[in-house]
Amino acid sequence: MLDKIGIAKRIAQEIKNNYYVNLGIGIPTLVANYIPEGINVVLQSENGLLGMGPFPIDGEEDPDLINAGKQTITTLPGSSIFDSAMSFGMIRSQKVDLTILGAMEVSENGDIANWKIPGKMVKGMGGAMDLVASAKNIIVAMQHVNKAGESKLLPECSLPLTGVKCVKKIVTELAVLEIASEGGFRLLERAPGVTIDEIKKATAGKLIIEGEIPEMKI
Amino acid sequence: MIHKVVANADEAIRDISNGMTLMLGGFGLCGIPENCINALVKKGVNQLTCISNNAGVDDFGIGLMLQNRQVKKMISSYVGENAEFERQLLSGELEVELVPQGTLATRCMAAGYGMPAIFTPAGVGTEVAIGKEIRNFNGKDYLMEKAFDADFAIVKAWKGDSAGNLIYRSTARNFNPVMAMAGKITIAEVEHLVEVGELDPDQIHTPGIYVHRIFQGQDYQKRIEQRTVRSI
Repeated sequence: MLDKIGIAKRIAQEIKNNYYVNLGIGIPTLVANYIPEGINVVLQSENGLLGMGPFPIDGEEDPDLINAGKQTITTLPGSSIFDSAMSFGMIRSQKVDLTILGAMEVSENGDIANWKIPGKMVKGMGGAMDLVASAKNIIVAMQHVNKAGESKLLPECSLPLTGVKCVKKIVTELAVLEIASEGGFRLLERAPGVTIDEIKKATAGKLIIEGEIPEMKI
Repeated sequence: MIHKVVANADEAIRDISNGMTLMLGGFGLCGIPENCINALVKKGVNQLTCISNNAGVDDFGIGLMLQNRQVKKMISSYVGENAEFERQLLSGELEVELVPQGTLATRCMAAGYGMPAIFTPAGVGTEVAIGKEIRNFNGKDYLMEKAFDADFAIVKAWKGDSAGNLIYRSTARNFNPVMAMAGKITIAEVEHLVEVGELDPDQIHTPGIYVHRIFQGQDYQKRIEQRTVRSI
């Protein structure tokens, strides 16, 4: 079973050379720390920055320079700054190669719910609906089951949707799965030490298992 | 050259009245028009509709206007960091329209470009789409979203000249340029107000034609919401 860092490390392997990538808040943000050596990647922050650098060193924080999580950050050589409309313009026109974000639920046809729980205070969708509606490749970082042990990989989402038929791949503490074009979660890899039975038990939606399922390499 | 300089925030917002719709630039607390917000709080106008990506925090930014019960409706993409906001929303004192962030920015842009509406895929198949026209282009569904109609746009820039030309700094740019283009009347507060001729025309982000009033801001706090540093 993977911890959060393990999930981030596995997702980092999905990043190809010269990708422009948008990272959501939470586990996706951690992915930046594990990008393999020799892979050139440009991080997009939807508040208006391409080429997001690391957090500043103490004393060099700039209140005018933040990421979409409102954290102080830095720029890198080659960074560029733009307004919010252009930022979502490059997202909508699919210039951003990969979007990595968290989810509360994903359905077997690739629907995602990650912004609203009925009865709880709604904070807003931020840029999530724009990202999932437009991105050409969406990888979801999430826990396979909730705190009550119930599956979050479902036949249909029970929570209000953020987007429909958009998720391509999911990395959880148990497995790597992709959304099959005919619907269903196709199992690609098992987390170290995790059995197929454990993944079956944790997946409420249709699980597709074809051939030998390798253990992931972290 | 048309002269647009006013003395201060009080003069800039002098004719903002109850019930108006305002756009306020900024992302979180980054690049917000601090001086004008303080002046609006002092003036006490109320029943306002505020279009702004966020709603400030309890004791800063638009949060100050919320504390003062001046806001009737917020149109935002994310309103998470504000306890007073939550209280007013749950008690029914405050109305909120949540808009996907890219849709919010592009509805501002459309107003500034003189276009009545846009088509975006954001929100298709979700509750955001309820009651909206859907059109299919090249096999994909898009929602029609209308351009905003704001009485005033209030923005913050780094530098500006007396003709209203603006330059923003770093990610404090965010929503400011698209909102500056979108107001019937646009007010810009700047950290450095200079004479015409001092800014390079090639470097201008917002041409002065969009800006009606400009003033030298003062006492900027520039609060940081999430101070995050790396350990060396």
